[in-house]
Amino acid sequence: MQAGQTMMGRRRFLEMTAWAGAAAAVKSFTPQSFQLVEVVQAAEPIRADERPFTFAYISDSHLYEKTLNERFVRQLERAVADINALDPQPDFVLYGGDLAQLGQPAELKIGAQILKDVKAPIKMMVGEHDWFLDMGDLWKDMFGPAYYSFDHKGIHFVTLMSVNEKDFWTAKGLTPMQRMQIVSGLDDGRQSAFEVGEEEREWLKRDLEKVPKDTPLVVFSHSPLYKLYRNWNFWTDDAEEVQALLRPFKTVTVIHGHTHQVLTNRIDNIHFHGMLSTAWPWPYAPQGLPKLTVQMNRVDPFNQTEGMGDGTIQVKPNGRVDKDYNLWNRNPMKVSARYLNSNGAEDSPAKTTIPSY
Amino acid sequence: MKTRQWFKLSFILIVAVAALTIYGVAQAQQKSAPLPQHPPAPGDGKNLVIQLCDGETNLEMKGVKPDERLSPDQAQTAANKLMSMWFAKTDPNVAEAWKKEMAEALAQKKGSEKAAPASQSEQDGVFTARERQVWERELAREVEYGNQIFHDDKLVGSTNGVSCAMCHPNAANTHPETYPKYQIQLQRVALLRDMINWCIENPSRGKKLDADDPKMRAIEAYIMAQRKGVAMEYGKH
Repeated sequence: MQAGQTMMGRRRFLEMTAWAGAAAAVKSFTPQSFQLVEVVQAAEPIRADERPFTFAYISDSHLYEKTLNERFVRQLERAVADINALDPQPDFVLYGGDLAQLGQPAELKIGAQILKDVKAPIKMMVGEHDWFLDMGDLWKDMFGPAYYSFDHKGIHFVTLMSVNEKDFWTAKGLTPMQRMQIVSGLDDGRQSAFEVGEEEREWLKRDLEKVPKDTPLVVFSHSPLYKLYRNWNFWTDDAEEVQALLRPFKTVTVIHGHTHQVLTNRIDNIHFHGMLSTAWPWPYAPQGLPKLTVQMNRVDPFNQTEGMGDGTIQVKPNGRVDKDYNLWNRNPMKVSARYLNSNGAEDSPAKTTIPSY
Repeated sequence: MKTRQWFKLSFILIVAVAALTIYGVAQAQQKSAPLPQHPPAPGDGKNLVIQLCDGETNLEMKGVKPDERLSPDQAQTAANKLMSMWFAKTDPNVAEAWKKEMAEALAQKKGSEKAAPASQSEQDGVFTARERQVWERELAREVEYGNQIFHDDKLVGSTNGVSCAMCHPNAANTHPETYPKYQIQLQRVALLRDMINWCIENPSRGKKLDADDPKMRAIEAYIMAQRKGVAMEYGKH
């Protein structure tokens, strides 16, 4: 369809101001690839009683109080409007963590207030920016447990709290705010590494014991559940232990936040997808980028919402997913189950025209 | 041989500069005080006057006109004389320490003529470990100040909580090696500092810094330090 990723031209932008329209347009362009997807699906058991469905996500809004930074607030509102404009509506919306920037009550409250306008049911996940001021007390009061599971249309969903850190603050006598500020610095080496931790892994093990191994799993985690780049905590320290718990299942998908970019990985039967941020895009890490990642174009700093956005995830009856990145002011990117199933041989997203430095 | 003598002369002058001004210059830069200026060498215009890098010690070359070029031998003699004059009026302990370091450095240089030098400074052979330590410490101080500003929205003057590192962890995607370049959005050739100021004014909603503002200098130092080893590629888009 196109030789490379493109910025959306003015005309195209006007044509696609409604995201629903954009999604419909993409579908109508690709009847052939749609059929091929069906062929791939046939190779895996299809649960006749289930139908494909869609859920949407919003992530990493990093809100300050509106008086300090009105732009981040406006951008979360834009994502909510995007999702509310989807027709048909998604079955639910995942909020991917880092609603607040510094865990402040006012930040979490304005976030909660904006998310109240989301029409579909919302599933909340916590990020490190929400957590390290009061170790999650207020967040849990407002949104419920930090990790939980649920079943939806034949899929077992698990939301993890993957941004625990070993205590680096007590010995140094840091205040809660100092702790929060250290963790909020992506490249701040004074913090320790993200981890799910032993207690939660025990819980996950028990939770998964009840689930038949041919039931597809979709796992939500704020940090990527693999090891990409330690210096920016694009990393989960006990990733191997968590992956070991997921590996017995036939079909596993992990949807994560934190990295603020198009990010794709596959480790054996586990497919990984990153989520976009509504606040700002991160650069790609200088090392460890998974082979299957087709980078999004380098961001134009002069464009206020470039490289940000939200997205949808289509879940097929076999539990595999197509991931749509709704990049604001750019053509959307689709990273399909077929692309991952074929280890990148088929259905590759358009390659970037201006890669990172 | 002649070339080597010229080198010797310049080494001696460099050493003198380093000895007398390195600390003062570094301190002045931190505070952004005016840089030290040397007064012009005095003279009646009949003979050439050579000034030592301290800006105080002058030597009149009898029989050499002001626009005349010294032979390498004359230059070496002048340099030796100037250094002797400087030693004579300097604290004897300091002078002795300097002579010792010079001797060691020259011995080191002789040794290094056989072995392949590891760096330019070792090749020169007159930079002592102590000098390098001072330079590295001062540079590290500048980079660390830049590191702090880069990571602190208030220090950089942001009014909306947005610091540099929020979009550029470890100064990623700042690519200083690509400047100067024609910046399409600014419609002019931009230097790194132009983009730093653009970011301060726009995403961070702060006030732009003077090109010579200590904060600007420190931010540039931090960004450069993060890209050490990356090839210069000015104009790259």
